[in-house]
Amino acid sequence: MNVDLYERFWMWTATVLLVAFVLAIVVSATVSAVHPPSHTETIDPARVRTESEFAHPGVFEDENGVTVVVLAALYQFTPQTIRVPAGRPVRFRVTSPDVLHGFQIVGTNANIVVAPGYVSEVVASFPEPGEYLIVCNEYCGLSHHLMQAKLLVENAP
Amino acid sequence: MTVGRKLVLANFWVAVVAFGLAAIMAVMQALARADAELAIRSPKLYYVSMTAHGVLMALVFTTFFIMALGYFAVGAELKRLETPSWGWASFFVSLVGTILTTLAILSGSSTVLYTFYPPLQAHPLFYVGATLLVVGSWIWCAVMIRTYLAWRAGMAGEAVPLSVHGMMVTVIIWILATAGLAVEVVGMLLPWSFGFVEKVDPIVARTFFWWFGHPLTYFWLVPAYVVWYTILPGAIGGRVFSDRLTRVVFILFVLFSTPVGLHHQFTDPGISSGFKLLHTITTYAILFPSFVTAFSVIASFELVGRAKGAKGLFDWIGFLPWKDPFFASVALAMLTFAIGGFGGAINAAYAMNAMVKNTSWIQGHFHLTVGTAVALTFMGVSYWMLPRLTGYPVRLRALALAQPYLWFFGMMLFSIPSHITGIMGMPRRVYSAAFQGSEVAASWQFLTTVSAVGGVILFVSSAFWLAVLVVSVLGEKGERPPIEFAKPLTPVAGSAGVWDRFGLWTAVAAALIVIAYAYPIVHLLSLTRFGSSPFKPF
Repeated sequence: MNVDLYERFWMWTATVLLVAFVLAIVVSATVSAVHPPSHTETIDPARVRTESEFAHPGVFEDENGVTVVVLAALYQFTPQTIRVPAGRPVRFRVTSPDVLHGFQIVGTNANIVVAPGYVSEVVASFPEPGEYLIVCNEYCGLSHHLMQAKLLVENAP
Repeated sequence: MTVGRKLVLANFWVAVVAFGLAAIMAVMQALARADAELAIRSPKLYYVSMTAHGVLMALVFTTFFIMALGYFAVGAELKRLETPSWGWASFFVSLVGTILTTLAILSGSSTVLYTFYPPLQAHPLFYVGATLLVVGSWIWCAVMIRTYLAWRAGMAGEAVPLSVHGMMVTVIIWILATAGLAVEVVGMLLPWSFGFVEKVDPIVARTFFWWFGHPLTYFWLVPAYVVWYTILPGAIGGRVFSDRLTRVVFILFVLFSTPVGLHHQFTDPGISSGFKLLHTITTYAILFPSFVTAFSVIASFELVGRAKGAKGLFDWIGFLPWKDPFFASVALAMLTFAIGGFGGAINAAYAMNAMVKNTSWIQGHFHLTVGTAVALTFMGVSYWMLPRLTGYPVRLRALALAQPYLWFFGMMLFSIPSHITGIMGMPRRVYSAAFQGSEVAASWQFLTTVSAVGGVILFVSSAFWLAVLVVSVLGEKGERPPIEFAKPLTPVAGSAGVWDRFGLWTAVAAALIVIAYAYPIVHLLSLTRFGSSPFKPF
């Protein structure tokens, strides 16, 4: 095929650019293990409220670290106020007993899709004390825009 | 052009009406966004209008316009249309489907947005209508394929005209895409909405939805590229820069438009990261043909400027017909698409995606791409098609000329602030972004109001377009100007090369889909899954 010289130059430039993008992603994924949240765990949504850890949502701390169990349901996150220590990795475990929801801690990259029947997980750490807004970012019904919670990052005692 | 003219027009006018309804829905959303106190403002109305806007713009306006463009290309270039009666069957089936779905939405019983993720459950008629729309479009695919094969039988070895090549690629992408949609809607949602099955799995449904959802965007885009490559250069006195390379571009879309859908599900549970990474790589591959397009189409513009006497490095830009609404529409559509493309590269970025996922960045992104690169191109080419189809010259020329510039300006005001508020963390698809007085949410309000102003300007531009079309066909009929597609710069030897072998490329594309999707789907199905009962919180 006869391709114009400048166009060939442009195509090579585009190729180099795209390969660079892909390499940046593949290297950070394989070397530094930077992956999007991809937890694979299923749960019966009909029993979430009664017979699972999500029946008693809250913040739990043990030798493995800090775990926050959150129930995202129409149109409320439980707990409404989440207190976590600064500077430590926090594992959020979230599920829904009804429709799809989002769990997004505004101003961070903690942002996951929450689906009934599945447990979503994301790990985040918050270096400084402060207050964050948590919002639902997946349309869930007529009061979707009211579904929110508060995250308080506090200095460890 | 006489072959298939009425079919083109019938599909075209349905697209126009759908666009008009969708534009009215959009302005209501824009006003809500500005947090304006309006008597009729309510969450119910907001989410109903958002569902209607999404379905009518993204699924109805585009599909009917593309069907019109397909008949137009084969009618004008191949001078034939096999089984036009099937074409009419396609039209009426799609139309009935559209009406059913629209009624289901406007009745307030199907406020599920145009992504209709279960376990939100719409009225059964919503799914029945959507199915009919797609079945109608499949009949269109059959007419296009039959017409192509009948032409091919008499023209063995001849290269198919470039515009028809692009439209056949559109047909193939649509068939590959809608296979996933059929599994979701016919296999899961329809029986569930009628109560035949009790539960569906939301993540399995989403996976089939996005099998469809991403190639859907190329089903929109390739016809716009057909206009950029094969119609516009001819209309402004230019040439196709490289015929053969254009065919390569189109075929690359066949190969890479489908095995990429998981990049819409990066943060979904239940899907392991390995295949999300594979889909990331194929997503970057599909940026390549758009890079080539940027060069080739702009090069064909440069030739026009040089032919008119431009000598310098950039002065050819000034020689271009900026007062021709068709040219202005496409040039601004391309410029907008370049910005949208950069945003797309961020959406596709595996881990960085979490910064923008489900934020207002996303609505900013797709209003630049489908909402401008595609929609503005379709509006622009309608100024060229209408007189050639009907004999009515374009009237209200001042409005026609202002329209693409207004659209561009309004879209910049709408989309750039949406991108910024998205980075700041504002979620998409919210009736109000106030979040009960949250301080961080208050910091979004100014930019959100700017985007609402952009939305109102877009509505004015839409009204101009509709007014031009309607006033034009109410005027005096004249001669129908000839339909000429752009000729290649260097005449191609007439033979069909490997890039015209649609069957071969469809087979390769199908193999890529199997590679990309077999494992994730088998893995999902192998989990202990419980399924979800329906919910209708609207």
